[in-house]
Amino acid sequence: MAGPTMPKNLLDVCAPGRDGIGASPLRPDGILKVRGDFAYASDLWHEDMLWGTTLRSPHARARIRSVDVSAALALPGVYAVLTHEDIPGSKFYGLEIADQPVLAIDEVRFHGEPVAIVAADHPETARRAVDRIVVDYDVLPAIGPAQALDPERYGYVHAPADYKAHASGNVVHSQHIRHGDGDSAQVRARAEVIVRGEYEVGMQDQAFLGPESGLAVPAEDGGIDLYIATQWLHVDRQQMCPVLGLPPEKVRLTLAGVGGAFGGREDISMQVHACLLAQYTGKPVKIVYNREESFFGHVHRHPATMVFEHGATRDGRLVFVRAEIVLDGGAYASSSPAVVGNAASLGIGPYVVPNALIDATAVYTNNPPCGAMRGFGAVQMCFGYESQMDRLAAELGLDPVELRRLNAMEQGSVLPTGQVVDAPAPVAELLRRVEAMPLPAAEHRHTGDGVDVRELPGGVSNSTHGEGVVRGIGYGVGIKNVGFSEGFDDYSTARVRLEVVGGAPVALVHTAMAEVGQGGVTVHAQIVRTELGVDLVTIAPADTRVGSAGSTSASRQTYMTGGAVKSAAEAVRGAVFERGRLRRGWPPDLVAGLRLVGGKVVDRADAVVADLVDLLGDEPVDETVEFRHRPTQAFDRTTGQGFGHVQYTFCAHRAVVDVDVELGLVKVVELAAAQDVGKAMNPLAVLGQIHGGTTQGLGLAVMEEIVVTEGRVGNPSFTDYLIPTILDTPPMPVDVLELADPHAPYGLRGAGEAPTLSATPAIVAAIRAATGLALNRVPIRPEHLTGT
Amino acid sequence: MRVTFTVNGRPTEADDVWEGESLLYVLRERVGLPGSKNACEQGECGSCTVYLDGAPVCACLVAAGQVQDRAVGTVEGLADGDTLDPVQQAFVDAGAVQCGFCTPGLLVQTHDLLNRAHHPSDAEIREALSGNLCRCTGYEKIMDAVRLAAARKADARGTAPAGSEG
Ligand code: FES
Ligand code: FES
Repeated sequence: MAGPTMPKNLLDVCAPGRDGIGASPLRPDGILKVRGDFAYASDLWHEDMLWGTTLRSPHARARIRSVDVSAALALPGVYAVLTHEDIPGSKFYGLEIADQPVLAIDEVRFHGEPVAIVAADHPETARRAVDRIVVDYDVLPAIGPAQALDPERYGYVHAPADYKAHASGNVVHSQHIRHGDGDSAQVRARAEVIVRGEYEVGMQDQAFLGPESGLAVPAEDGGIDLYIATQWLHVDRQQMCPVLGLPPEKVRLTLAGVGGAFGGREDISMQVHACLLAQYTGKPVKIVYNREESFFGHVHRHPATMVFEHGATRDGRLVFVRAEIVLDGGAYASSSPAVVGNAASLGIGPYVVPNALIDATAVYTNNPPCGAMRGFGAVQMCFGYESQMDRLAAELGLDPVELRRLNAMEQGSVLPTGQVVDAPAPVAELLRRVEAMPLPAAEHRHTGDGVDVRELPGGVSNSTHGEGVVRGIGYGVGIKNVGFSEGFDDYSTARVRLEVVGGAPVALVHTAMAEVGQGGVTVHAQIVRTELGVDLVTIAPADTRVGSAGSTSASRQTYMTGGAVKSAAEAVRGAVFERGRLRRGWPPDLVAGLRLVGGKVVDRADAVVADLVDLLGDEPVDETVEFRHRPTQAFDRTTGQGFGHVQYTFCAHRAVVDVDVELGLVKVVELAAAQDVGKAMNPLAVLGQIHGGTTQGLGLAVMEEIVVTEGRVGNPSFTDYLIPTILDTPPMPVDVLELADPHAPYGLRGAGEAPTLSATPAIVAAIRAATGLALNRVPIRPEHLTGT
Repeated sequence: MRVTFTVNGRPTEADDVWEGESLLYVLRERVGLPGSKNACEQGECGSCTVYLDGAPVCACLVAAGQVQDRAVGTVEGLADGDTLDPVQQAFVDAGAVQCGFCTPGLLVQTHDLLNRAHHPSDAEIREALSGNLCRCTGYEKIMDAVRLAAARKADARGTAPAGSEG
């Protein structure tokens, strides 16, 4: 990018510190971020650049009779107004199914769907131009999840002819699981107690703080350079090339600073629009969504309706689970098929159940499209099955933690998919640990003077001094898969280069991993220091000049791109030793015992064999490696059988809440967590993941929901869509367990998502304990507690 | 219109400013200081927090014309050359920075808090930072960072942490 100066984080960044894996060195981007020098995608600037803006549908479902752009084009300062007719290549894109129009064609299917795009010399000019575009809509009744399952009566979200490639009707995807004898009459007869529950999860938003943004710069070769905040550079490119009519080598992506992601950047949003405008105008085009547009611009967490039946013996052994799950996929497929696979295969939770019958379906509706969000199908289920475990415990008169421990899966357990768990699965141990953590003081239960109202439900609105406040405690535990599942060829690429710079050995790490805040770049430097015994590590910007790193999602990057960096460093080390063998005649038995430590090649007895600087000279060693986890299998669509997931990860929570039962206000007093991470590659970053994930689970429990009425989004702002503030978020003590997974690099386990699962049911259980209410829906609102 | 003000002590002029442009837009797009962030532009997230005549404000809510002849301080002005302000250093050291998008606003708000209160209690910290959203950290490490910065500043002043409010 040509600007006054290249932003520093788009150049090689030095990773400070001397620490290898298991330590917590400072993050290489930390200083830039606290100085305000770290360039996020919305901060980029280019001489002569234009601003792009999007016209979006005000209707959930309508036929487009006509679009008139002439008044917009006539506005001084406007360079382009494009509709689907101006797209040079394919008019559709999509992560798994290319069913989403780049710009609406003849019909809009959700509130906020892009219809036209504008480029102008000032963002305000672009906005005014958008207001001058005249679209004649024929508004149709929106199809919701209830209607979607009866298309004969209510119609199709997509014309039936569009379905050739995948499912039929309004079903995006379904997955069934038949385990043991399901819920046959004999099985049901064996259950001495059966509890049934219907649960609902509202639509949650990722609400990353850095809005969707990017800068597309037309290049002299007719291609485009895109600087972008995303989760997966290569799959963005794969979806854009057919639209732009350009080969991959002419669409080059570089990761700009990313202000959080949480799944919301897995699909493309403004990427292709900015490139189309740049291609058309021949000028650099920047698009920055504002918060309202961001709510319309990315997919959300699937709302879910779930019906569960749990059967057990009197002494608390699960006999069967029956689950029927409907996920609202919204207007386009996004990653709904994979979300359905997760919901079904993880649908009974981290428990051993001899018989299960699970049906999970995602439907097309005229609601906003839903796709990836942290926890990916496992979050909704965890609220359902954990609510059921509490219900069952109450029915049996058992302690809820005891019931969970009694049925907890462990290494060697068989899952409903037939998969045998072949790594530690310390579910009972995590529950034991979280239960054993000291409880917070109970002082705020007392009324009167000396109470700090900031510690009470309602806070400084001073609605109580402790009267009417009841404390409750609840537990939850969850299971999440790590990495891409169901036979997907999941790989990551890393390039490591070792060379002498200024008289010292320096390692450069180059991957396409999207650093979205999680700290992967810190871990890469730690891995290289551990493997190559050098202090100085440099991180190259992530871009498409190196092979794909896969997505920063599915808790997979430390495992996958971390694994690739480890493999590439091992290849570099091997090449260094090979150089010694060839040039210095090192015998094979010496080479077999060599290591790299402190910039030296040392033998088994720690004696220095060579100085790395001398051995390297001015010939760098440069290796690129593709790393794959062991293969998985697709689930059988009707029985759900298959080795579908590569790794499992577990977290348990204990929530302590105070509830003002008169006003329906909830204060979460403490959220304690215990999680197994296999190996804490960077303990500080692991805590950050657990705290952050836990807080998003808190948000889902008591505040976060995109309110959609007949397809219309009612609260696209931080004024009306509330995420936890520092006042809403309690202390979160964490106990980290490290039981190595023998199949994973360093034994590590993906850590980012598991804590997002169990916080929600733990909080709801605590509120149930305080109020005695059933509470079958999240988020819980005050009126659910007061019955008004 | 033209707006003349100081930013981080430097006299600054912004030309061709539209009516309705915010201070945030002028800082980010006209005077080359994109450190203050644009997460909501509605006064809800605190990412754009800057000093205006010494008091923290949401730059997205301040009309550009309102800063005529006034003094603005941004995250870019907190460090003294290569030396970070103790608040900045504490955020890096404590692990309070993940994606970092909330960080500039939190730094200015914390900087102001620690100028007013040398030894804030946890409740005071939470109250002071309640207008600054962070989606990544769950705030635990931000609490640690503020406590760490307060302790280091107290050390530098040679005062004991049990002292009175600043
Ligand atoms: S951008 Fe100003 S408060 Fe959010
Ligand atoms: S660190 Fe990402 S929003 Fe705070």
